[in-house]
Amino acid sequence: MRRNILSSVAALALAASPAMAAGTITVITSFPDSMTGPIEAAFEAAHPDHDLEILNKKTSAGVKYIQEIAGDNTADIFWASAPDAFEVLKNDGMLAAVDIASEGIPEKIGAYPLNDPDGYYFGFAGAGYGIMWNERYLKANDLEPAREWSDLAKPVYHGHVGMSAPSRSGTTHLTVETLLQGDGWDQGWAQWKRIAGNFSTVTERSFGVPDGVNTGNFGLGIVIDFFGFSSRASGFPVDFAYPTVTALVPANIGVVKNAPNEAGAVTFIEYLLTPEGQAVLLDPAIMRLPINPATYAMAPEGFPNPFEDATIGATVEFDVETSGARYNIVNSMFDVMITYRLDDLRTAVGAIQSAEGAYAKSGNAEARAMIDEAWALIDANPIDEAQSLDPEFAAIFTKKRTKADDEVGERQAEVEQKWDSFVVENYRKATELAQQAAGM
Amino acid sequence: MSQQTTTPAAVRAGLADRLPVWLVPRVSGLHVAALLIALMLVGLLLVPVAQVMIVAFQDPATGAATLQNFVDFFRTSLFRESFWNSFYVSAMSVVVATAIALPLAYITTRFHFSGSILIQSLGFIPLIMPPFVGAVAMQLIFGRNGTVNLLLKDNFGISIPFMDGLNGVILVQSIHYFPFILINLSASLRNIDRSMEEAAQNLGSHGMRLFRRIVFPLAMPGYIAGAALVFIKVFDDLGTPLLLNVNNMLAPQAFLRISSIGISDPMGYVISVILVVFSILSLWASFLFMRGKDYATVQKGGGGMARRTLKPGEKVLAYGVVIFILLVVLSPHLGLLLLSFGTIWSFAPLPDGYTLANYVTMWENSKTFIMNTVLYAGIAATLDVIIGTAIAYIVIRTRIFGRKGLDYLATAALAVPGVVLGIGYLRTFHSIDVPLLDKPLASWWVIIALALMIRRLPYALRACTAALQQVSLALEEAAESLGATKRRTIQKVVIPLMTGGILAGFVTSFATAAVELSATIMLVSSNNDAPLAYGIYLFMQTPSGRGAGAALGIVAVIVVAIGTIASQIIIERDKKLKSSGDVH
Repeated sequence: MRRNILSSVAALALAASPAMAAGTITVITSFPDSMTGPIEAAFEAAHPDHDLEILNKKTSAGVKYIQEIAGDNTADIFWASAPDAFEVLKNDGMLAAVDIASEGIPEKIGAYPLNDPDGYYFGFAGAGYGIMWNERYLKANDLEPAREWSDLAKPVYHGHVGMSAPSRSGTTHLTVETLLQGDGWDQGWAQWKRIAGNFSTVTERSFGVPDGVNTGNFGLGIVIDFFGFSSRASGFPVDFAYPTVTALVPANIGVVKNAPNEAGAVTFIEYLLTPEGQAVLLDPAIMRLPINPATYAMAPEGFPNPFEDATIGATVEFDVETSGARYNIVNSMFDVMITYRLDDLRTAVGAIQSAEGAYAKSGNAEARAMIDEAWALIDANPIDEAQSLDPEFAAIFTKKRTKADDEVGERQAEVEQKWDSFVVENYRKATELAQQAAGM
Repeated sequence: MSQQTTTPAAVRAGLADRLPVWLVPRVSGLHVAALLIALMLVGLLLVPVAQVMIVAFQDPATGAATLQNFVDFFRTSLFRESFWNSFYVSAMSVVVATAIALPLAYITTRFHFSGSILIQSLGFIPLIMPPFVGAVAMQLIFGRNGTVNLLLKDNFGISIPFMDGLNGVILVQSIHYFPFILINLSASLRNIDRSMEEAAQNLGSHGMRLFRRIVFPLAMPGYIAGAALVFIKVFDDLGTPLLLNVNNMLAPQAFLRISSIGISDPMGYVISVILVVFSILSLWASFLFMRGKDYATVQKGGGGMARRTLKPGEKVLAYGVVIFILLVVLSPHLGLLLLSFGTIWSFAPLPDGYTLANYVTMWENSKTFIMNTVLYAGIAATLDVIIGTAIAYIVIRTRIFGRKGLDYLATAALAVPGVVLGIGYLRTFHSIDVPLLDKPLASWWVIIALALMIRRLPYALRACTAALQQVSLALEEAAESLGATKRRTIQKVVIPLMTGGILAGFVTSFATAAVELSATIMLVSSNNDAPLAYGIYLFMQTPSGRGAGAALGIVAVIVVAIGTIASQIIIERDKKLKSSGDVH
């Protein structure tokens, strides 16, 4: 109680003396304490006149929070992984364009541009998606680690894989979109659904995946690299690998519009991009890829360097425009086809996998045809790529209207219900076909 | 405390006399009290929630008022399925929770059973664990590769899907919420007039028949109050299904749709409205069930029913049942305890090694969290029992216009998902500045306490209502006919007789407020103002922080357990005071 009263009194004192208030920088972040702590300590040591006030919120909650307090903004900085969260804030006019002075920072990491072209947010670290596995779990289940996305679709991994949903985690969204761009819309979705047929679960938080792998609740997880590195650094029997088709994306930082302490916010961002600021990213509990190539000289052995190792994240030219145009459609499709119908999908894919096993022995041509038909039912998408990029169709999901009399034909609930009946029926038919084929 | 006098007479008096005068609603001002409470509920609940829920009634395309979204809801097979799943899980959780609570309540109130207080307190502990922590611990023990299943696999080659899908939700929810039934049912059983039981025995009834026909029906108000709470709570609960990654239920569907980045689908808000309406309907059903029955007993017979001594055989059985139940319901805590002392725990029945390092890390970073929690939950629970008692009295004993509305409104808070309340508060209070403090009301720590107060008011209200239902009107009439004023009657007769229920309400509100996360996570505006559950959440977001988070969870359990045991002792002492026959 005393502390609260004290902090209230302190707030009063601060409000009364603007000179002191200039030192406090309020940061809304989705990054955990173990990451913000060392950076905060290093920053405050380098700039003793500044005080960093960290406020931890999930990315989605952080975006909502900034939107809700915009009328009387008290936050200076938004700091999170997902570039799309920044896009949302930028489009809502919640971020300020500022000039940041830095040296030796390249334009791109992998194939992804580091900074927002309009100067609303800036990359400060890189991250790529990959596969993380629990060594004890794999050993107990006699499994080899999967190295490529396509490996995860193999029948041996049925029920052993975990992932978060793109609507829940901005970084997961990037993985889904990367594969869609790398393999093409139809091929990419087919790949995702076949992998998802092996899912043990779709977690609600992105941290739920490394947590599930760490505890051994499931064996393999689709995670962002630093979760793998930092889990390993904490002592868990886990490891991590980048598949060939992956994108490196920047984790970002931006100044909130009408920030009470914009000068302080800029100071912090500039510090983060200095060689000293970048070096803190190599802390065992953080383990994010620095974007200053010079910093890799200080990295521990075996730490990947995307600026030298061209195989990491170079395959896919990530197209931000495409990703942005269908952002909500991809989220919604993933949820309708996978998250909410995981049981149906898993049953169907499991049935087809056993039918494949039976076919390998029998070689029955009729069974083959039925299996192919069943796969085609799984692979079928409710909409094609052209429709996913149709701005009018996308408007159903964003509901952003410039004029009050703008009309949109359908409602999201209607569209999703249509998709839902489509996939449920397909999964049911696929299961039936596969069961028949297995009996031949 | 400063109001406490030291005269010998006061020492012997009941709890109410030791309460400050302002705790007791002023009789002449019952209408004023009702009005103030109504205003408070409108300002702190209705307006903020309406700010959010209005979206459900707007055409997403034009912003015009419409009911189309509700039509969409019932046309969507996923939502119909989610509705059915939520209903099924809630009903099954009540059944399983009853199976856990009934033996504990019965054995500890009806027999001479050593350690009754301890069992009642231990039985309460499951409630005081943040749902996400509970789910983590339960996964470690009962999960697909948790302790139990790994041991089963190694030894017998089988595994049992305790935690898969809806089963997992039912198991975690029953273990988490059965104390609602236990605490209310125990209070009711203690309040049953011994003469009722004796009369039945004189007429030759005994054993199960006595229990089925006399004891259990008389304890109905408490049981129904508890069961209704469990049902509604499970129906609306978000944390557990989310952490078990079960999406096909209503509350998670609402949450997922409201909190997705960039999506502005009105269905999330539609589901929230439906949750509120359905919860109010369930309550109404429980009221209907109770209507027309009089559960009040005239005499407070020296602390409830006769306690019997158990025969040796019965004793073994009773201890066996109690120990088994406690082992099951406390397993999340055992898991948490192991996790807090463990080094690495991965795909193994037990942690690889043990250490104190987690507690050191936790202690360095969490003192503020603990202080804040005690402060917020204390404020919230105190206000809750004051308001809860007042509402219960107004609803049951007065004819004030719209009194039922107060009850429904306060109870509707149960049905408001925390995240909705949090967003509503930000929307409503951010533009209002606190006088003298030059910052928005929404980022002042008091708002967190108020949000907790509103979220936990239904618990206190149910407990107070059940307690008041068992106080016969005749007692009040007697006091008044002897010349006592209404105020004095409430102060000296009604509240002392309700003490057990009020304390039960306080403990429930305090304990659950102490671990609340969903509303507070939206409202915390500085880590210095953050409560404990938020601190655990912070720790648990990193691979290296799980142990420290678990350590903080253990601290939460200890803090609340001390509070619980202390109030149990007060109840018992108060009961002894009463039964020593001085004032009543």
